[in-house]
Amino acid sequence: MSEHWEIMTFDAESRRRVEHKTEEGKKEKYFLFYDGETVSGRVILTLKHPNKRLEHQGIKVEFIGQIELYYDRGNHHEFVSLVKDLARPGEFTQSQTFDFEFTHVEKPYESYTGQNVKLRYFLRATVSRRLNDVVKEMDIVVHTLSTYPELNSSIKMEVGIEDCLHIEFEYNKSKYHLKDVIVGKIYFLLVRIKIKHMEIDIIKRETTGTGPNVYHENDTIAKYEIMDGAPVRGESIPIRLFLAGYELTPTMRDINKKFSVRYYLNLVLIDEEERRYFKQQEVVLWRKGDIVRKSMSHQAAIASQRFEGTSSHTEAKTPSQTAENNSRQ
Amino acid sequence: MSEAAVADTRRLNAKPQDLTDAYGPPSNFLEIDIFNPQTVGMGRARYTSYELRMRTNLPIFKLKESCVRRRYSDFEWLKNELERDSKIVVPPLPGKALKRQLPFRGDEGIFEESFIEERRQGLEQFINKIAGHPLAQNERCLHMFLQEETIDRNYVPGKLFLS
Repeated sequence: MSEHWEIMTFDAESRRRVEHKTEEGKKEKYFLFYDGETVSGRVILTLKHPNKRLEHQGIKVEFIGQIELYYDRGNHHEFVSLVKDLARPGEFTQSQTFDFEFTHVEKPYESYTGQNVKLRYFLRATVSRRLNDVVKEMDIVVHTLSTYPELNSSIKMEVGIEDCLHIEFEYNKSKYHLKDVIVGKIYFLLVRIKIKHMEIDIIKRETTGTGPNVYHENDTIAKYEIMDGAPVRGESIPIRLFLAGYELTPTMRDINKKFSVRYYLNLVLIDEEERRYFKQQEVVLWRKGDIVRKSMSHQAAIASQRFEGTSSHTEAKTPSQTAENNSRQ
Repeated sequence: MSEAAVADTRRLNAKPQDLTDAYGPPSNFLEIDIFNPQTVGMGRARYTSYELRMRTNLPIFKLKESCVRRRYSDFEWLKNELERDSKIVVPPLPGKALKRQLPFRGDEGIFEESFIEERRQGLEQFINKIAGHPLAQNERCLHMFLQEETIDRNYVPGKLFLS
């Protein structure tokens, strides 16, 4: 082609990039955006042979958020669709750039690439031509953030098989963020089978489709052994499972009425004859925003000042506090 | 709930274990040995039977110790009963060895010592696997097989529920 089209976003230097798995399973980096952020940039045309005329029927750029079900590729479900016209029909004789800005764009869902469904956000520049249009796409990744839930009760339950096996399991929370730790315990009330070991699995269930065409895809993300050997009555087995080491996404419930991604903890006991006894329990996963961390040296400086009590560092005090301190002296 | 910079990973509080529970005999004791094969009978009526000794402290078994004599076809009967009445996947029995029952063999056929030992091992594995299955333990046929002197093939099949 005699010309080259490219999309780029402003603030590419400062904006964070995150890894996201492609449909083929490859890990690639994309620019990270949050809900409400403005998406601005430019479309760049580079002509390889200057002074050669390039006719076109108009140029536009779109910001699109869409859900794609793999078994129904023809139908893309767009839940965000914004368009900006960049140029009316005409012709080019030199390289040019076209700036655009999508202000405070709503990005209600997190980007997700799964086994049967994909949710993606992207910019698409279209140069209309008589024969074939030139289309350029640039994917971005969106993360949805939450804060610590107000209500986060522990999960505690007694389960078992009558007269055979009774256990009480407890997990310290029902909602965990993606870098959280699952702290729990298994208490054995009755053990009449010969247990060989016990593990806890994290299962991801991706649900696509509605009504009679619902399809669940289960994937075991993690298997973590918590006990090796035969327990007896009264034994308490601790659980400490760090989530940061696993590939997890936030829980996504009924996204645009098209799909869900839910997570379950599966407690599995295996006896000496390889028989499996299990109890599945849903947990809600959420994404915590990163705390902006000051540099280590800056933190160390503050710590040393507080310890030595240098007068140069004064903490802001309210008038009543200062009066109180003065009266104590 | 206040925000924590580092998650609290301390263990949850647990009830201390009773020492008699910790060091006492486990509640899952179940051992079945198959030994002492004996070949009895003449000609066509010749067969091998095995002694089956069971020791257990599981309350679902009426006798804590029992000893019975069983032959291969008794094991086949048990397997059929369980496959028909229970939902469990019954493990395989050691082979029927039909070839060994053909005439004009150079050896003792199914009464060959090494074959009997092989079969004994297979039967022992089979019965231990079955007897420890919580669903099989509900079947009357299993209890009759393990703890009654003779198997009544006209019995009424069914589940066993402790009152």
